[in-house]
Amino acid sequence: MVVALVMVLVIAASLVFHFVGPWRATPIASNWGFIDDTMALTFWITGAGFVAVVLFVAYCLYRFGHRPGRRAAYEPENQKLEAWLSAVTTIAVVVLLAPGLLVWAQYITPPDGAAEVEAVGVQWSWSFRLPGADNKLGASDVRFIDASNSLGVVPSDSRGQDDLVVTNGELHLPVDKPVKVLLRSIDVLHDFYVPQIRAKMDLVPGLVSYFWFTPTKIGEYEILCAAFCGTGHPQMRGKLVVENEADYAKWLQAQQTFEQTRKSDAGGEMRASN
Amino acid sequence: MTDTTARPSDAIPPAETPEMELFHSHGFWTSYVFCQDAKVIAIQYAGTAIAIGLVALVMSWVIRLQLAFPGAFAFIDAQVYYQSVTMHGMIMVVYMLTAIFLGGFGNYLIPLMVGARDMVFPFVNMLSYWIYLLATLVLAASYFVPGGPTGAGWTLYPPQAILSGTPGHEYGIILMLVSLVLFIVGFTMGGLNYVVTVLQARTRGMTLMRMPLTVWGILAAAVMALLAFPGLFVAGVMLLLDRTLGTSFFMPAIVEFGEHKAYSGGSPILFQHLFWFFGHPEVYIVALPAFGVVSDLISVHARKNIFGYRMMVWAIVAIGVLSMVVWGHHMYVSGMDPLFGFFFAVTTLAIAVPTALKVYNWSLTLWRADIHFTTAMLFALGFLVTFVNGGITGLYLGNVIVDVPLSATLFVVAHFHMVMGVAPVLVIFGAIYHWFPKMTGRLMDETLGKIHFWITFLGAYAVFFPMHYLGVLGMPRRFYEMGQTTFVPDSANTLNIFITVVAIVVGFAQAIFFYNLFKSLKSGRPSGGNPWRAASLEWQTPETPPGHGNWGPELPVVYRWAYAYSVPGAKEDYLPQNAPPIEGEHSP
Repeated sequence: MVVALVMVLVIAASLVFHFVGPWRATPIASNWGFIDDTMALTFWITGAGFVAVVLFVAYCLYRFGHRPGRRAAYEPENQKLEAWLSAVTTIAVVVLLAPGLLVWAQYITPPDGAAEVEAVGVQWSWSFRLPGADNKLGASDVRFIDASNSLGVVPSDSRGQDDLVVTNGELHLPVDKPVKVLLRSIDVLHDFYVPQIRAKMDLVPGLVSYFWFTPTKIGEYEILCAAFCGTGHPQMRGKLVVENEADYAKWLQAQQTFEQTRKSDAGGEMRASN
Repeated sequence: MTDTTARPSDAIPPAETPEMELFHSHGFWTSYVFCQDAKVIAIQYAGTAIAIGLVALVMSWVIRLQLAFPGAFAFIDAQVYYQSVTMHGMIMVVYMLTAIFLGGFGNYLIPLMVGARDMVFPFVNMLSYWIYLLATLVLAASYFVPGGPTGAGWTLYPPQAILSGTPGHEYGIILMLVSLVLFIVGFTMGGLNYVVTVLQARTRGMTLMRMPLTVWGILAAAVMALLAFPGLFVAGVMLLLDRTLGTSFFMPAIVEFGEHKAYSGGSPILFQHLFWFFGHPEVYIVALPAFGVVSDLISVHARKNIFGYRMMVWAIVAIGVLSMVVWGHHMYVSGMDPLFGFFFAVTTLAIAVPTALKVYNWSLTLWRADIHFTTAMLFALGFLVTFVNGGITGLYLGNVIVDVPLSATLFVVAHFHMVMGVAPVLVIFGAIYHWFPKMTGRLMDETLGKIHFWITFLGAYAVFFPMHYLGVLGMPRRFYEMGQTTFVPDSANTLNIFITVVAIVVGFAQAIFFYNLFKSLKSGRPSGGNPWRAASLEWQTPETPPGHGNWGPELPVVYRWAYAYSVPGAKEDYLPQNAPPIEGEHSP
């Protein structure tokens, strides 16, 4: 009796917490609303299952508690019931999985014409590289990293000379333009994580990974690292600024090309602008 | 297939089990220390696992204090925090849960439940424990070396695990890897024993389809562990070589804080594949014995046969097989080829079907039952609620696209604690309350047991249920401090404080359990041989606690399955497995 009541209360408290609590997903600022939708679908299906099972158990506890003289029924199995339950569960799983896989197919397929941006992680800061006038990123290799080439751009690659190198941890993107983020690490695992964007992916030393999204809301967002990378992990922050086309163009103008950073060299002072 | 023969005389196959030669000890050392009796080894295993588990409990408080009150405790700096996170995780998963379910309950229950005199290789069994103890001591020793234990996270991902940005990269990581390798060597000795004993040493009449589900769960887990642990073994050895000899199995060319390292050509993702090839089956290595035990607890205390026994067995086998091909769901955002996402999402969600069927069958066992609300039963019910709750959040994380925003957040932490922390630990407690009388001849105090249950169950639920929502909010795991982060509202910190307070209360409440344990050991009510009136074989021993060799001069003969409760026509509401058949009986 008491046990059954507590089970019902656990369910009730959980539902109240879910629907009344202030802790919900950060408002989305990208095209990945489908991810939120799939999660909502998962909540309703699995939540219904959880409530149904616990309430059924609570009912049994209430109804079939021991009383003197009671004897349990004897029913080793009921294949028809088991077949039904298998079928219903399988259908529920398919309903969860099918939309999930469709959205995943989109997630791993950047649209044609997505702008390419490179994000580079190092313990414990973010840098970025954008293609210059030729719209192509030059090759990179950690072997070329030195004081004036912190991202390891291959100096002999002509495509890399006009690449814009951003080392202050601040990435600007134009709103409503799809972007494919190429991810590279020069030391340990990192993970490019902006909660409002929903998308994320690891940076792995030795290879280039990627993900894509379209920022849909003008604003400033924090970039966190979501793969443990040593004691400075929580301090590894960057800033994502989503802005309109004009502001973005202004920001682009102010960035230095790889060629320019090589010339300004050791002093490290930023040239005002051109 | 179930042996459903109607004529009892047919149900007794010829005796096939030859008598075992046992080593009978005479002195203190060979009776209680270097002992070859599986029951003593079981208690050694369980005692060591619980002791090191308490260390892990203290570390969880360090973690919780820092998360709720960042900077308030001077002794918790980032280094100590990450070392606590790492050691807590590794100890709980490997040195506590795996060891107690297989080394503890496996050793105690397998021979008794299948009607054997002991494990088939008693000496190797003893060796298994001592190597496990050595592994535990090597792990603990990492607190006393320069730099302290490793703080690489329990997943030990290279390159960071062996580089200078991570605490304990000097010696801690070496001791951790050596300890794991030792653990696996010790475990392999035990694991082979469990499998061979179940397959070869069952008594007359104990067909596979008459075994209690506890034995099925442990058997499946032991087979999986023998297949999965080698993945961790080779990963551990290779990482050890990378760290000590400068090989590059997992290390590509990198620049560490401005310095070019000599590594080149290795793959960090290869380590992740090897780690999770072990790591995911590991979840079920812990879960399957818990599934088995909880089936037996529910059946005994509800006085009803477990519903759908055959389905339960096949579900265990299906889960065991499927769990070997789902490891990639830990790596959806690892940078591996994203096409793997399709495969691993399908296999992962497929495993939900047999798992759900087990949940249904536990629930349906309660239907038209005669439920006794003993402490053991309460813990089994607590398992049911927390396991279903933790299981359904697995459907979020297994469905590749839903995992993307949730991965590496507190949602993951909440999920795996609920499903493989809280749920199995509740089963361990339930099992101790249930089998303590067999081990000692005394009952544990039921009132203290119930107080312990309610605080532990409701407290653990209040710790981990709200934590999911911090993850949905986007709060990342493994953050020593959030600092100023715009998307995290103040209410998140309030919730963190609540979680910490409850966690500390639940932790201290375990003192009730230990008080009960030691008090009952000395002065608990005598239990007799079968206080729960259970049907399975371990309750039918001639002595309680059972003597060396378990069965006296004659091995028992088994006539039916382990779930003959409330059989129509029987006088009592249970028929022991070794009681002669009754008139008109159709028990499997």
